[in-house]
Amino acid sequence: MTQLSFSSEKFLPKTVYVTYIASTPEKVWEALTSAEFTKRFFFGRAVEVEPKVGGSFAMRMPDGRYDIKGKVIEWDPPRRLSVTWEVDFEEFRELPESLVTYDIEPMGGSVKLTMTEAHRWDVPDAILAGGRQGWPLILSSLKSVLETGKPIEINVKVGPPKEMIEAVKQAVATKPWRSAEARRT
Amino acid sequence: MNEPKFVYVTYIATTPEKLWQALTDGAFTERYWFGTRIESDWTLGARVRFLRDDTVSDYGVVLECEPPRRLSYSWRVEFHEEFRHERPSRVTFEIEPMAPRMGGRRSEVKLTVIHDDFDAGSKVFRAISGGWSLVLASLKSFLETGGGLTSASVEALKEAEERALAAARGAAA
Repeated sequence: MTQLSFSSEKFLPKTVYVTYIASTPEKVWEALTSAEFTKRFFFGRAVEVEPKVGGSFAMRMPDGRYDIKGKVIEWDPPRRLSVTWEVDFEEFRELPESLVTYDIEPMGGSVKLTMTEAHRWDVPDAILAGGRQGWPLILSSLKSVLETGKPIEINVKVGPPKEMIEAVKQAVATKPWRSAEARRT
Repeated sequence: MNEPKFVYVTYIATTPEKLWQALTDGAFTERYWFGTRIESDWTLGARVRFLRDDTVSDYGVVLECEPPRRLSYSWRVEFHEEFRHERPSRVTFEIEPMAPRMGGRRSEVKLTVIHDDFDAGSKVFRAISGGWSLVLASLKSFLETGGGLTSASVEALKEAEERALAAARGAAA
């Protein structure tokens, strides 16, 4: 396994979601890395990923625009995918990137899938709330697609919650991650 | 300091009524909860018993019961001596029916499980998170496909329990 010169240890896990899927590691890997699959469970988004460390990573919305961009930090099929996660949307663009990692472990004929969202600054709960709302639905839907062929298709409100947008605006104005960086150097 | 609190959310293609039945009927829990049979008459204050191989592994008392939307019971862990001295914690299940997307007809629900009311430093709290994600993943499979995560059950449950005990012992060290 190769790794990009990128200090992922600066990133602390803030949101972890674990689920177990009656599937194989290879199928779970394919579901997370193929556009046809992700369109079905990831709010209609198609993943575009260059299959190598340092490659580009993006999520394309149904209207063709991209709202997530990043780089591949670890590419270890079918066990571990780690990517930087930059939200390409209004003020969110000013926030430091987060790190999203999928760990896939075979377990007695099923697969344990762990999603870890990690950050390199002291993110307020109001901003973490976006991922904490989204990941359970995305990963529940992924499990349904792999086990039954059908995603979860509830009507979700489009866009981040108001409190989250306010918290992002405030963070962008004060840039609290700068003091954390200054302390480290 | 925040009180220890575990929250897990999952979405299941089922009806609130079927999910309620799966949570409260021992014949159902046995099939996805790795052989654990839950028994209660589900009235306020009634005893809740968790039986595995006909012995009581854990028990509690019904705190809230509003079928098919909200269920809460206290939980005293008996299954291992490591946990027995702790006072009961509390588990709450919230079931919300979700509006289907345009043209969709299938019923889908959001299940939120909140396990809280622990003392600070609780070993049970350290131990439960691995178990809940496994049990709730198996519950979702059971309701959507008719089978729990049976193929994974023995190995995964054993691993979850070992991790739970290791976490509890780590907390004690």
